[in-house]
Amino acid sequence: MKNIKILTLALTVSLMAFNCSNDDDNNEIKVIVPDFSGTYTQEDQMGRPAVNTVFVAAADKDAYNVTIPTAQSAAFQSKFEANLLALSPAYADGGKNALGQDAAAFTGLLATDVLNVSLDGKTTFYDGIAKNTLSGRALTDDVITVELLLIFGGEDFTEFPGLSNDNVDANDKTFLTSFPYLASPH
Amino acid sequence: MAENEFNNNKNLKNMKNLKRVLGIGVIAVASCFVIAADHIDAPEVKGGSSDITDFYAFQGENTDNLVFVANLQALISPANTGSATFDENVLVEFNIDTNQDNIEDLVIQAIPRNGKMYFFGPVKPSQTGLNSTIETSTTIGGNVAISSYGSAANIATNNGMSFFAGPRDDPFFMDFAQYSAIIAGDASSFNMPGADTFAGSNVMSVVVEVPKSMIGGSGKINTWVESKRK
Repeated sequence: MKNIKILTLALTVSLMAFNCSNDDDNNEIKVIVPDFSGTYTQEDQMGRPAVNTVFVAAADKDAYNVTIPTAQSAAFQSKFEANLLALSPAYADGGKNALGQDAAAFTGLLATDVLNVSLDGKTTFYDGIAKNTLSGRALTDDVITVELLLIFGGEDFTEFPGLSNDNVDANDKTFLTSFPYLASPH
Repeated sequence: MAENEFNNNKNLKNMKNLKRVLGIGVIAVASCFVIAADHIDAPEVKGGSSDITDFYAFQGENTDNLVFVANLQALISPANTGSATFDENVLVEFNIDTNQDNIEDLVIQAIPRNGKMYFFGPVKPSQTGLNSTIETSTTIGGNVAISSYGSAANIATNNGMSFFAGPRDDPFFMDFAQYSAIIAGDASSFNMPGADTFAGSNVMSVVVEVPKSMIGGSGKINTWVESKRK
């Protein structure tokens, strides 16, 4: 009995000692190199604002989120065009938007859902100046009104004025001029 | 529908035609007018930790830099913002195509671990497309302590890059409620003024600013953001 007690104590002490040094090693490694191993598989994606929301049919939404940009046009352009023609009379009978695009051209642009960004100056979704069109997306850009105008506004942005502007032109909080640019949370 | 018809019969008839057309549109597009810009956009990600709400790319305060913003987790109320977290199994990946083929030449990966957001890149990814591994061998990047609700923003910098991760005001604005009413046939136009459906709500933001010289230098890039789960 006594021998067993001593043996147990000895074992416990040695195990504790082993655990201590082992823990120290682990802690040191954890601080320096977190474990980022493994494969990460796509669930959502976004390029231009509102493309999946507006143009992708309900049944296709998940599929769209896991279709790489180079495969999107073949899979979805014709569906986008059908949805656009069904949604907006501005494109009927060869009607165009203010970028001079008919329904096929406009949806051809949108169906590869990447954001085009200039590295040479102003970055905006649309500001009325041709050379700046699709040069990025700034926080202050009223992208929904621009998209409504392109969907409903016709060749000169004057068709269906009641549908071409949601009359919300700015964020509820002022953006910062410096990093991280987004306003503090509510 | 002839354009002349619209030109000759303004307002009332236009509205009637439009409602009819919109009605067809609603059936064709089904329930896909959910919430813009990309908030709650698809069943698999809706409302979850990998749901991307918005993506921005713009020139920085320092005009030699470009800023990427990815927002996740739509419509977080102020009451729920303090407990909102990034998911350690979800990678946020900014994709950058520098040669106009819509295939990513560079990625910036952001992934949270133990209260910090780690950034890897801009770096050429070891594989393109739907699956990614974390590019831990690159020396380009940095990390930042994830900011807490109610505290000042934590900002970290490294090699000309700046990093932020944490709760922010949702920068998106739209009268989504009236839009839904129009699509449902309950209204014929937007209101003046409109009401911002996203006012007062927050998102989980990842912001990274990089020297343009690290992502092609000049010309145009194509960029998009992905969320990927382990």
